Formats: sequence, structure tokens, C-alpha cells
Amino acid sequence: MSESARHGDGLPREAKRAIDELRPHYPTTEALLLPALHIAQRHWGGWLPDEAISAVARELDLAESKVYGVVTFYDLFHQHPVGRHRIRVCTNLSCTLRGGEEILHAVRRHLKVDENEVTADGRCSFVHFECLGACEQAPMMMIGDRYHGDLTPRRAVEILEGLD
Amino acid sequence: MAFEPILLRNAGNPAVHEVSGYRKAGGYEALSKALAMEPEEIIDAVKASGLRGRGGAGFPAGLKWSFIPKGSEKAKYLVCNADESEPGTFKDRILIETDPHQLIEGCAICCYAVGASTCYVYIRGEYVAPALTLERAIADAYEHGLLGEDVLGSGFALDMRVHRGAGAYICGEETGMLESLEGRRGQPRIKPPFPAIVGAFAAPTVINNVETLCNVPHIIGRGAEWFKSLGTDERNTGPKVYCISGHVERPGVYEYPIGVTLDDLIAAAGGMYRGRALKAYIPGGASAAILSDEQSGLPMDFDSLAQAGSMLGSAAVVVMDETTCLVRATLRLAKFFAHESCGQCTPCREGTNWSEMILARLEDGRGSESDIDLLQRITTNMSGTALCALADACVGPVRSLVTNFRPEVMQHVEQGCCPLPRQSIFEPGAVS
Repeated sequence: MSESARHGDGLPREAKRAIDELRPHYPTTEALLLPALHIAQRHWGGWLPDEAISAVARELDLAESKVYGVVTFYDLFHQHPVGRHRIRVCTNLSCTLRGGEEILHAVRRHLKVDENEVTADGRCSFVHFECLGACEQAPMMMIGDRYHGDLTPRRAVEILEGLD
Repeated sequence: MAFEPILLRNAGNPAVHEVSGYRKAGGYEALSKALAMEPEEIIDAVKASGLRGRGGAGFPAGLKWSFIPKGSEKAKYLVCNADESEPGTFKDRILIETDPHQLIEGCAICCYAVGASTCYVYIRGEYVAPALTLERAIADAYEHGLLGEDVLGSGFALDMRVHRGAGAYICGEETGMLESLEGRRGQPRIKPPFPAIVGAFAAPTVINNVETLCNVPHIIGRGAEWFKSLGTDERNTGPKVYCISGHVERPGVYEYPIGVTLDDLIAAAGGMYRGRALKAYIPGGASAAILSDEQSGLPMDFDSLAQAGSMLGSAAVVVMDETTCLVRATLRLAKFFAHESCGQCTPCREGTNWSEMILARLEDGRGSESDIDLLQRITTNMSGTALCALADACVGPVRSLVTNFRPEVMQHVEQGCCPLPRQSIFEPGAVS
């Protein structure tokens, strides 16, 4: 959890401010839920522990059960800790035709963990992912918010080695 | 094939990311022109152009706009569909990254035409960089009075927001998108009522794809007749951004009048990968029926591909060469649909999962001939029996595999293994 996350009723002040800025642009509070979860997840280091979900529910005056329902529906919201670098390797058809599964194997071999596990130093976690909409760069992967394309297994490993 | 790009004309000119640069390239002239027109005239022009939705369904855009009730004081919305999750599709990302103001201009003209005062661009959560590019362009447009309380001094007010999704293919389905926008699980709604009457926040709503809206400034600027002069015929008009990926030398976006052939596209993309032979292709994304090499001369437009039993869809063309196992390729797509089914309707939830399981055992050589018939039966039961088109999307590739490529599936059964074992695509030096 980041330092800024530890005060008030759980939701950091900056996160509250970011959510408040969005309020005038939506006719209902419920519509703020996805943006609020993105904001909360950023503050909680890339995932949503129970306290983050409760804090968002309280902030938006929604039932916790409703918020859990939404969190579990979407692939980009996580209920378990993730690495500082979250790696998503595309293995959908266009990437697979260009060696995407080999990229996935190379990432797994290099990190020495399985999908959804975090490396012992907390640095990385990876998953295979559905099409990321960058088939012109196949095979490709996403690290954090950035796309890396035209990979070979060797290039993928070099990129992983270059992460802080 | 020489063609002066229209939607991608500003590729390679990053100055258009700012209002000043976009204006220098002729941008926002169509918006000025539109604001001097009656809203009804704009809708008529879009209708006359024959523009059909570029997201997949190919519904006439002008007709969709005309369903929005007129004269009502109720809030109305435009939701721009930038969820782009159909495997093989990346054109909307490139359109936003290349020329964000083209999309803003198209959205503004649409909103003025239908009387919407709020536009949400629902962009898939993974598109973080494109979302930022668009947000910066929107902020710049506000500063220049192209959005906000009084657009270009016309008295027309428009608020535009980028709304990020969170990783769910089903949110590209228009009512799934509305559910998601409203802060819920993206489970499609029962239609009717249609979004034009009861859409976002229970108000009349237009939902259009990014590329569809990017066409609008050009229709207003250059006229419906010009637009109609491009394409195969009256029902298939305008420019089209094709995404080509898989086994070609230069995967990417290629813009042509709608109706070019696969052969044209492969030639534009530098030919087949390593000079290998074409085996099959998907013309319109993961949901489209797989076509064989013998069908590579078909015009890639809405109606020609529908007649051939497939579809133009999002024009995501996935090219597969002679080394490709089509059972494995179809299995990969079925796995995708099984993962992305929202679970609401039984035929989809069960059908996509069974399709995946049966294809997996066929690919492993553990299948039997009766599995092929079982797949056929399952696809019949999935067709048209769910709330949205996701089940039918899975049916597209699966049914085409068992009907168009049955001998290849049978080879798996007879040999007890995949006749085309996996081989590495990489040179040995690139592997470790």
C-alpha cells in the first residue's frame, strides 16, 4: 500500500479529490464506480484489497456486495497482490500466429514463477491475456501501461531485465 | 493499389494532435459548416452517404441517428465505442493515436445533429496511452472553444469525457457498454427498448464506433455524393481502414475504398510471410467465419462477405499460411469467447465452454467423428438464442471450421494427433 493510502476512512485524500472532480460529469454516482476503482487500484499498488473495496463503496454510497460484483467482472481489477511490474502477454490468434506462446514461455522461464504469482522480490507478475489490440506489432506484451511489440523470446527477456 | 488516404491522411503529421496543427490540415472546417446547417440536414447527409457502422454490425449510421426522438427536452447522449476488443482489430487505436481531433470533430457533429449535450468515449482499459492522447486533445479543444458551453459561438453546448473500461470484451456490445458506463457489470440488456429510446442513464443515446464517427467530418466537408463514389456499390460506400495481421510481411492498417480483396491487402502488406502459401483467412475479426484461400478474390465489403457466409465485421483480417492448424486456431478463438461470455444466457455460457472443450480434445487427437457433429449441433443451439451476439460470434469460426474445413478436422481424428505440429517461428538466435 502506498503511504498516501493510509489515512481517513481508507480512501486517500488525493483519490477522493480525483473522484470529486468527476462528479459533475456524470448524472449518477454509480457511474463513478469504474473510474473510482481505477483510481483506488492505483493508490493501493495495483490491486484492490478488501479495505479498498469498502472505501470505494462508502465513498460512492454503494453496497459493498455491488462493488465486489463489479470488481470480479473485469479483468483489469485485481483482488490479489500483483508485481510492481504487471506483465500481460497477448496469446490471442494474431500473436499466437507470430509466436506469442513462445513469448509467454520465455517470460515464465525468466521470472521463475507461474501466472498470477509475484516474484520473491515483488518486482514482477505476469498473465497471458486476450487480444490487446496491437496485432500489427505481434507478438506483443504490455508491461504496466506500456505496449512492447515485435518481440522475440530474447527481446522479451531483455525488456524484463531492463525493468527497475 | 494507389489510394489517397482519407481517415489516415494525417498519419506522419504529429502536429495534428494540437488544434492549431489539425486546423492547418483543414480540420474543424466541417464542424463550422455543420453548425450552420439544420441538424436534420446533417442526418440526411449521413443517410445519403450510405455510411454503415464500422464497429462490426454495419448498421446505417444516419438511420441510427434518426431514431433519436426530436424536440424532447430530455438529456441525450452520444457514446463513442472505443472498446475495440475484437481479436485482430487495432484500427480505432491507430485512428485515435494518429488524429484525435478527427474523432472529436466527428463526435461534435453527431452530437449537434442528434441534440446530445454529453459525449462519453468509452475506451478499453488497456488503451492507456491512446486515452491520454485523446484527453489532451479534448482539453485543447475546450481551450479553443470547440467543446464546452458555447461551441464556436453557436450556442451549442457539449461536454466530452473519456471513460475507461476495465477489461471485458462484452463491453463492446452496445448495451453491455451502457451497463458498464453506468457502473455495473457489463451484461447486455434485453432489446427492445433500443438505446435510441432508452440508452445511457435511461435517456436517448447514439452509440457509434470510432471509425464511423471519424468518417462524419469528411461526409459533411466533401458531401454525400463524394462519399458514395468510393466503394463497391450503393450499400457499401466510403473509405475503410483494414487491419491486417498474422502471416503477412508488414501487418498494419491499410486504408482503401471499401471492397478491396484479400489479394490486394496481402500485396499492400508486403506479401505472405516468408513467401509461404495462403491457407485461410478471417475477414472481419474473431467472430467472422473462416474463409479458404480460394475465396481470396472476394470484395471485402459488408454484403459480399455476408453472401460468402462470413462478415466484414471490424475489418480485422487475420491471414493464416500453410503451416497453420485451423483446429488450433479455432480452439484459440473458442477459448477467448468462453472467457469473455458474461454468463447471463445459458446457450452462450455453456456453448462457448463446450466448443472450447471439444475443440481441445480434437486438437489433441482425442476426439472422434461424432465430436464434429456435436460441434455442429451446439452451434445450431447457440445461434440466435442469447440476448446479444457473443454466442453467434463464437459460432462464426467454429461452424466454419466444421463445415468448410471438415477434412482437416477429420485428419486429427484419424491420425490421433495434430497433423501440423507446432514449430517455432523464430530464428534460433532470437530464442535465448
